[in-house]
Amino acid sequence: MVAQNVAFWIIAIAMVLSAIGVVRTSNVVHAALYLVIVLAGAAAQYILLAAEFVAWVQVLIYIGAVVILFLFGIMLTRSPMGDLDLDNSQRMPAFVASLALVGTLTALLVDAFGNSKVVIDAPTKTSVLSSDIFRLYIVPFEAVSILLLAALVGAIVLARRD
Amino acid sequence: MILNQFLILAAVLFCIGIYGVLVRRNGVLVLMSIELMLNAVNLNLIAFSAYLQETSGQIFVLFVITIAAAEVGVGLAIILLLFRNFRSPDLDQAQQLKG
Repeated sequence: MVAQNVAFWIIAIAMVLSAIGVVRTSNVVHAALYLVIVLAGAAAQYILLAAEFVAWVQVLIYIGAVVILFLFGIMLTRSPMGDLDLDNSQRMPAFVASLALVGTLTALLVDAFGNSKVVIDAPTKTSVLSSDIFRLYIVPFEAVSILLLAALVGAIVLARRD
Repeated sequence: MILNQFLILAAVLFCIGIYGVLVRRNGVLVLMSIELMLNAVNLNLIAFSAYLQETSGQIFVLFVITIAAAEVGVGLAIILLLFRNFRSPDLDQAQQLKG
């Protein structure tokens, strides 16, 4: 338990600092690279919570595909590469709003869950997960397949030049 | 490990994401901040899945990841279209509907 806690705190601090990097850096490509650290940290937290299949899906889809898509987006929109001001004039109100929200959420969570412990006996078996998907959640699974197809066709229709 | 350490980490990441959505001008950076928020929610779902000894949370995370991938695809197509029309990826330019 101690080792897991140490790992949690190291990963958590890295995630929060990189997330601040994503929203604060003045270089667009650096933001994408900071995002990779946050996503990898999330995958590591899933492994700490014994959700190994989801952790690898996170690595494959987020780090493998979504970040590449972001880099293509940066390239195609010829986003300025130098150190420029990428923020609008709402810095102060946005900071106050997010600080207020994080305070509210933390107070609520401490009030609601206190010191409830997460007890992990064994990692979730991928076979259990897959049999659940294909028995209990087969209709949402098919719906999400159709949604993915529709979204990709829609993206092509939007982006093609004619 | 207590449940709250995961939930509070997710809350902090979510609020950083909100800050990014509110502050950034570049459309691609706004999408990245939205990804931060979605990841925070996924972390919450996994934490509750471990807490309740239930797999449905993990299955929901798989669905959320799929939908996030679709959302990034469509979002980047829209930002590409904005870029073609305004010659800049800044979302502030898209204000023709403003009264």
